[in-house]
Amino acid sequence: MDVLLPPSLLAFSGVGKRFPDGTVALSGVDLSVAPGEFVSILGPSGCGKSTLLRVAAGLTAASDGTARVATDKVGYVFQDPTLLPWRTVQANVELFAELRRLPRDERRRRARDALALVGLDDFAGHHPRALSGGMRMRVSLARSLTLEPELFLFDEPFGALDEITRERLNDELLGLYLAKGFTALFVTHSVPEAVFLSSRVVVMSARPGRVLDSFPVPFAYPRPAGLRFAEPFAHLAGQVSACLRQGGGG
Amino acid sequence: MSAEETAGPLAAADRLAPSGRGRWLRFWGPPLAVLVAMLGVWYGVSYLLLDPERRFLVPPPHEVVRVGFLDPYNLEELLDALWLSTRVAFVGLAVAVALGIALAVAMSQARWVERSLYPYAVLTQTIPILAMVPVFGFWFGFGSFSRVLVVVLFCIFPVVANTLFGLQSVQREHHDLFTLHGAARPTRLWKLQFPAALPSIFTGLRIAAGLAVIGAIVGDFFFKQGDPGIGILIDRYQSRLQSEQMVAAIILSSLLGIVVFWLFGFLARRVVGSWHGSAGPPGT
Repeated sequence: MDVLLPPSLLAFSGVGKRFPDGTVALSGVDLSVAPGEFVSILGPSGCGKSTLLRVAAGLTAASDGTARVATDKVGYVFQDPTLLPWRTVQANVELFAELRRLPRDERRRRARDALALVGLDDFAGHHPRALSGGMRMRVSLARSLTLEPELFLFDEPFGALDEITRERLNDELLGLYLAKGFTALFVTHSVPEAVFLSSRVVVMSARPGRVLDSFPVPFAYPRPAGLRFAEPFAHLAGQVSACLRQGGGG
Repeated sequence: MSAEETAGPLAAADRLAPSGRGRWLRFWGPPLAVLVAMLGVWYGVSYLLLDPERRFLVPPPHEVVRVGFLDPYNLEELLDALWLSTRVAFVGLAVAVALGIALAVAMSQARWVERSLYPYAVLTQTIPILAMVPVFGFWFGFGSFSRVLVVVLFCIFPVVANTLFGLQSVQREHHDLFTLHGAARPTRLWKLQFPAALPSIFTGLRIAAGLAVIGAIVGDFFFKQGDPGIGILIDRYQSRLQSEQMVAAIILSSLLGIVVFWLFGFLARRVVGSWHGSAGPPGT
């Protein structure tokens, strides 16, 4: 059976996480993500979705089980754009390459390319406080793109944005996904967002979080914006939503 | 309620962009009016409240200017003393800032360093430093070293406390970014914690600068020996009933405080003003 599956880029097996204060955030999470997949994780708030990403990135150690990541090119995008306010947009986008000690010219070039990809080349010299929330999130994306990650971890990146901006950024993110061919693990609490973006939607239970069910999303990429209003889309979103409700919390 | 609402858009535009003189008057008018009122009260006290033989207690403003500032000999004495106190204040402040930031950086790197040193930083706030002045004079003489030492002890705490607070107030997610990309401690300190701490470092600097001026001037009162700073002069004028010069000296030391306060406000705006603050973002 195992040999028939494509090799996974990211695999959690039996991952559990207990915090020092006794809170059990995750228990027995099994999930594997194949190269090229776009997997969304949905779950009630506090179900440990973010903790799962932190474990995958190595920011937190699992208490039980193992998380195996088959690449060292991992991008991480937080809900907050986490830009350094004292740096210009250009300098912010260069940060990761700078920390990885890439030569200056290379950094500059990658930052310029990434800013062009997210359509912010005209704002390179601005400070973050002069940008809107959606623009800051684009800068945050561009910053991660400079290292050309094979695996992208998204922790509710668009959760704080208004609906219109969020949908626009969803479209743009899918454009980047198709252009760059990275693999994505995307945490969200929006069912339509999860279904629109993903090739597979995973639903987690209330704390302690574990995988309840997994829904393949059959719609072909590239996905038109109008897909959100199509009947099969609504049907699948309804199924996912029902599973989420049954999982408690919500 | 406001003029814009009652008088329509034209009046509002007028309010936003008044002519050069109108803006000047709006900005400087109120404080100038208060100044004039205070001078009036001052004259009132000098001429209406006090008999001529007791007028030396509150000499009228023009006498202060005539005796204190327009008499070249008196002015030179005042300016020499002011220069001495200014030097003491600035040298002390510079030492306190360098030492204070270094201590705060050390404390931010290890919990045990903070636990060992912070109580003693607090101690500089609680011991009556001015009461120690005779002791310093006794140990180190009454020259600049003792005076600078008093200033350093007087103003180092706000530098340490604000710098440490700034270094430790970095968001967890920002630390995570640096962890994810394998940043070592010096990189983290230099590229993340230190810039993030700059606004609070400047807050500490501004408080410390004010204290340094006070420390230099008040410390003088207790030295009473060596070259006179402005504090010694105030004390001397008071004992000789030279009240015009005493008031002139007090005005000069207040001016020094104001200039220092303004200077550090200006520096802070220059260094962190472009990114720190709450100016709203444009739409979209």
